[in-house]
Amino acid sequence: MKLELKDTPGQLLGALKPISDIGGNIITIIHQRDQTTAENTLTVDIVLELPEKKLDALIDALRERGCGVIRVGKERLLQKQSLIMIGHLMHTDLTDTVDRIDQTGFAEVSELHMVMPAIDEPSTAKITIRAISPEDMLHAVRILREVAAQKDILILEPLGGAE
Amino acid sequence: MRIAIIGFGAVGQGLARVLADTGFTVTAVADSRSACINKDGLDLPEVLARKEESGLCGSAGIGIADILSSGAFDILVEVSPTNAETGEPALSTIRSALAMGKHVVTSNKGPIACAYHELKALADINGVMLGYEATVAGAVPIVSGLRHGLAGNTVRSLHGILNGTCNYILTRMRDEGLTYPQALQEARDLGYAEADPTYDVKGIDAAIKLVILANTLLGMDIRLSDVDITGIDSITLEALSLAESEGATIRLIGEILPERNQVRVSPRVIPLDHPLVVDGTLNAISVCCDLAGPVTFIGKGAGPYPTASAILADLNFIRDSYDRGA
Repeated sequence: MKLELKDTPGQLLGALKPISDIGGNIITIIHQRDQTTAENTLTVDIVLELPEKKLDALIDALRERGCGVIRVGKERLLQKQSLIMIGHLMHTDLTDTVDRIDQTGFAEVSELHMVMPAIDEPSTAKITIRAISPEDMLHAVRILREVAAQKDILILEPLGGAE
Repeated sequence: MRIAIIGFGAVGQGLARVLADTGFTVTAVADSRSACINKDGLDLPEVLARKEESGLCGSAGIGIADILSSGAFDILVEVSPTNAETGEPALSTIRSALAMGKHVVTSNKGPIACAYHELKALADINGVMLGYEATVAGAVPIVSGLRHGLAGNTVRSLHGILNGTCNYILTRMRDEGLTYPQALQEARDLGYAEADPTYDVKGIDAAIKLVILANTLLGMDIRLSDVDITGIDSITLEALSLAESEGATIRLIGEILPERNQVRVSPRVIPLDHPLVVDGTLNAISVCCDLAGPVTFIGKGAGPYPTASAILADLNFIRDSYDRGA
């Protein structure tokens, strides 16, 4: 989110406190002092993770402290994990395989990179899944494993889990 | 202390060579078709020479039953080949020796994977030890490492490269661009893979080792059929390239997550800088503990001398614990 603060000491610290109070996790802060505006305010870009449904409460808390919230960009699917699939991916209805993840509402296939060396030979693909939470990612991977078992596709999971 | 060696293949013979200078006396040796017993100690170079010439370590007329009934040993060392389904005939031999009040040291995965809890109880009742360091990851001291070195820790997860044959094949596919059949053939030519490699490449060998670790050190009670097993025989070169493009590779990983009661063996995508990415036939085990954090063990997982090293460690532990002042 992009915040507008008064250019006086302690303003940034004051703006960060409501975020931690509400259980948010700050990932990055971009604070450029030379971009002050005519009204002697400055803008700060903050990337943060928030618990579900806490965004409105945070915006209210910031406004009470006199911080203007200029813009909020939402990224719902924060978890990302890539897996490798080996098998007859096209002939076992790849669209259906992808749909089973997309239909969940909590996870989506965001990337697919497929290599098909020869007709009738197994193809290999890297599939990238995005999901809302780590639990959702585990659930999505479990669904993919079930689909793969039905279609005789080998799934290679990463060691170390989601990013 | 007096030792009886049951099984006289590569491991048994390697052990016999190593034991010559250790102060242990070998009083009996048996292979699958013969045996020899001398209550005062066998002449090991002579037994080794006879085995090499004739294929038999002793006389065809006697066998394991005669060694057991002679009682002329303090520790039975069971190093015959693994039977993953029943653990037999080694399981019966070990049971008899423990019931007689004899210590047992084994490299045989079958009896430990199939009946550890029963054998341990039998050993405890009879006041003797059951050593099995050599059953998992050869020379790597994972059993004593977890039981003694990391005592008091709770293991949150265990991941391991537990099959040297699979690790060799996957290393060669990555490094040289060999296909799976080419890498398997090379492993056979070098003696790293059996003529029938099913047991290794399908992940069964690694799964048996996980069963041993889970049941004997992580407080679980599982069988081989509880392990979710996937082998490496359908891994493509394209899969290795896709992994490589993300700075990763593919290795057969055994995984135990005690809190989720999850035990599985499967090829996994693993970052190249991960401590478990070891080359060739090496074995590696990483445990994540509540107090110690991550700890990784790496070493030779097979071969007569690495295996003899693990057996000798158990033998020395028994001697230090039970033979003070003798």
